[in-house]
Amino acid sequence: MAIKKSSDSIRPDGRKIDECREIKAKVGVIPNADGSAMFAFGDTIAIAAVYGPKPLHPQHLQNPEKGVLRCNYNMLSFSVTERIKPGSSRRSQEISKVTEWALYPALMIDKYPNTVVDVHISILQANASTRVAGINAASLALAHAGVPMKSLVAAVSIGKIDKTLIVDVSKDEEDWEEGEGATDIPFAFVEDGEAISLLQLDGKIMPEQLKEAAEMAQKACKEIIEIQRKALKEVVKE
Amino acid sequence: METSKLTKERIKEYLKAGKRFDDRKLEDYREIVIETGISNKAEGSARVRFGKTEVIAGVKMDVMTPFSDHPDEGVLITSAELLPSSSSKYESGPPKIEAIEMARIVDRGVRESKFIDVKKLCIKEGEKVWAIFIDLYSMNDDGNLLDAFALAALVALKSARIPKYDEKTGKAQYGEWTNNKIPLTKQMPLTMTIHKIGDKVFLDPSTEEEQTSEARITFSISDAGMINAMQKGNDTAIDIKDFNKIVDLVEKKWKDLYPKLGKLIEEKTK
Amino acid sequence: MTDDEGRKIVTPGEVIFTGDDYLPGEGTEKKDKKIIALRLGIVEESNNLVKIIPISGVYIPRRGNVVIGKIEDITFNGWIINIDAPTSSFLSVMECPRYLNKSDLSEFLDIGELVVAKIDSVKRKGVDLTIKIKGLGKVEGGLIIKINSSKVPRVIGKEGSMVNLIKKETNCEMTVGQNGYVWIKGNSIEEELFAKKAVMLVAEQALLNGLTDKIKEWFDKEKK
Repeated sequence: MAIKKSSDSIRPDGRKIDECREIKAKVGVIPNADGSAMFAFGDTIAIAAVYGPKPLHPQHLQNPEKGVLRCNYNMLSFSVTERIKPGSSRRSQEISKVTEWALYPALMIDKYPNTVVDVHISILQANASTRVAGINAASLALAHAGVPMKSLVAAVSIGKIDKTLIVDVSKDEEDWEEGEGATDIPFAFVEDGEAISLLQLDGKIMPEQLKEAAEMAQKACKEIIEIQRKALKEVVKE
Repeated sequence: METSKLTKERIKEYLKAGKRFDDRKLEDYREIVIETGISNKAEGSARVRFGKTEVIAGVKMDVMTPFSDHPDEGVLITSAELLPSSSSKYESGPPKIEAIEMARIVDRGVRESKFIDVKKLCIKEGEKVWAIFIDLYSMNDDGNLLDAFALAALVALKSARIPKYDEKTGKAQYGEWTNNKIPLTKQMPLTMTIHKIGDKVFLDPSTEEEQTSEARITFSISDAGMINAMQKGNDTAIDIKDFNKIVDLVEKKWKDLYPKLGKLIEEKTK
Repeated sequence: MTDDEGRKIVTPGEVIFTGDDYLPGEGTEKKDKKIIALRLGIVEESNNLVKIIPISGVYIPRRGNVVIGKIEDITFNGWIINIDAPTSSFLSVMECPRYLNKSDLSEFLDIGELVVAKIDSVKRKGVDLTIKIKGLGKVEGGLIIKINSSKVPRVIGKEGSMVNLIKKETNCEMTVGQNGYVWIKGNSIEEELFAKKAVMLVAEQALLNGLTDKIKEWFDKEKK
């Protein structure tokens, strides 16, 4: 897999092909929540708050065999250049659902029947890759809340600008128009980066390059997991 | 968990003796922290903390047709969301009455004080004016979101820059800003909510105090000490004697807090 | 990674120990000779049993724990009590120290009131409480503060050393619920606030060693 040098980088901000923007992660940002965290890829900032496990009301929604996970993804109106009307949209509802599917395999909430774990994700500032930033924040918040997890969940967006695969897509790259245009492929991994729990794509890619994209995502996610681990251990020291 | 009867009783006893659980005086705010630049996509944004209570405000602007009864004036639209992430008492969904009331109170404070020079927001009379959207979000609710929202709105307004305007399309050029700030007057509205329990009145309640509060009056007061907006809330009536106590407290507190906060906001929004 | 006090902090998915001899305790699982952490916390190993001490998160009810809960609802045969745990808990009228008629239930314990109870059993569908033992029952007067349940062992201290120190220095009655609710009752407001401050201080610094001595020093300083 060829890695381009940053001096002749194709990327608008000069990053290497497999370089993420500066990652910031901080745990325990919302005192009321059972667990909370902030995660940022460059200037895409996500905050997650977890409440639970707690009893689920009304009763008919309960699962008597295991706990239920509920995710809610919300972009703040001023997180993007053109104001988003507050409230949910079809896009945010879809992202909420795929986020739930991304996180669920890592959780061990079969020990908590009839309960719910609520994950609330807010995007404060958006420069593409918001859903993966949200998943990373949620993973930290879930661990902070003490929800039993087989592993942390790490997510990253792989992009393709013209023919080149890149890691951690920024807005400029999402809007790429030259050549084959832009392709955006968000990934999330569980089992310490061994299994894919989130996968979406829009754009165009051939199967061979898709496999390459998955490898790049896996490598990046393993690095992200280390950053998440460090952030969690920091909160203990405070 | 919602505040128990026991805690509410204790709060009442403490207040009678002029005390609070966190050792504050009845008229003291918790530590106030102000930050700007929360989102670089907003025209202006701010984060305000009162102790552990934290809120965020963002200002976005757009070009629209003015209202027919004010053809040469800009438009102000304020909304508030009590995010479920900020407290276990809030659920996802459209804003409930608490959020709606808070947004409208903050809006009236800004509007009635004439803090924004709305005539200067006119681009072409009868056709195009700037609209200012103030969006308020709770990040952590430990009581008194309202006063925090109002302060965050001010800071966001003061720090905001107007987007470039494309004459050809008649639209705003998002993501590109001029160096012009929103036209503001010196009538900055300071919003303070006074709560009453028994015959004691106090400011900046914590969550438990807020849940014990019998009645509250929110005041929006601008630079000359002029009260521009008020709202009484909760379902207990206020005795005239207590009302006078409240007005006295508000006046005293305004004299003390207004210059201090004014200075703090100036510094943060230079 | 170990923290300043030499303890090993682990996160979900991390391998703690490798070896046949180790046994997976609370918060861990064993997979191919590896003991893997399932939650964020501090590793505690004794006699090859490895468990994780949580430093955050919700309270997990355990049999025998004394907890402080709030009455949420009254049924025909008992009270539904919120102890801030994943499942709700129930206090049966049969677990009261004296006989009660169906109609006496709300007079004995009403909605919104607080009760100190002991966990009799933890089942999949919920927790069963009892107040039959001396010292348990309705909470009257005083104030309630909430700390994270993971800090409770520190606030109690070894064999009660910390809570007794606070009680002595502030002249207050105190009951510490394992679920993080602490009840304080003093003869004066000042004493109560003093005790509250002490509890919050211990909870904040829960991870430091030699905390009892530090708190003793703090009391000496404050009293001057």
